Amino acid sequence: MRWFWYASPQTFYPLAGKLAVAGGLAAAVLAVVGLYVGLLVAPTDAQQGEAYRIIFIHVPAAWMSMFIYVVMAFWAGLGLAFNTRLSGMMASALAPTGALFTFIALWTGALWGRPTWGTYWVWGDARLMSELILLFLYFGFMALHASIEDPRRADRAAALLALVGVVNIPIIYYSVKWWNTLHQGASVSLSAAPKMAATMLSGMLVMALAFWMYSVAAAMLRVRGIIRERGS
Amino acid sequence: MSEFLQMGGYAWYVWGSYGVTFACLALEILLLVKRETKN
Repeated sequence: MRWFWYASPQTFYPLAGKLAVAGGLAAAVLAVVGLYVGLLVAPTDAQQGEAYRIIFIHVPAAWMSMFIYVVMAFWAGLGLAFNTRLSGMMASALAPTGALFTFIALWTGALWGRPTWGTYWVWGDARLMSELILLFLYFGFMALHASIEDPRRADRAAALLALVGVVNIPIIYYSVKWWNTLHQGASVSLSAAPKMAATMLSGMLVMALAFWMYSVAAAMLRVRGIIRERGS
Repeated sequence: MSEFLQMGGYAWYVWGSYGVTFACLALEILLLVKRETKN
């Protein structure tokens, strides 16, 4: 593959269109399968009843909120290191979708917290606070970028913020281990046997794939808009 | 069907989660497609 060929926004533009369509179609198919498994096939939870079904969007959305941030920071760092135009555009294209999944993780977490913990929100809880900080990091990235007129300078300034903010990602992930928190531990571990029923786990993984493909589609559509608007 | 919609008494929590999530995603795609066709 000719990587450097696609480093130019103009040559990447049509490819982004194809990726957006492919991602959108994959997301739609995966979402139908994931929702079917999550809402109709997976059994009722013995302790939480039907309330646990929030897991099929809460966990995938929370994963995407962290994953998109890392990918955004990767592109931002690449732009800083090599001064490539497309890198900054990719970072900017990812930020709103990352912020959206962060909001969804917080929102569904609140709606899940009420029936299980008895409260929508706890100030000071490490997992909840670090995820809220993630939302502010996304907002900060977008606000800083929007406040600087020259797009190349805006890319560099926002990239610095994105890179500094990466430190929050392991804090979110390990918050449930490092601090006492209401939040339960990791649902899925690569080193331990699954703690949940196979249908629950597969429904969650399919929904995660659906959100991933959705994010690809949304970011590719947005990067096309950015390429058009910057006129390069 | 109505039993399914009631979600064992957790309808607000479950459908509030799914509804807001898919409304958000649909809105984002709508705005992006609008931007795609506008210029």
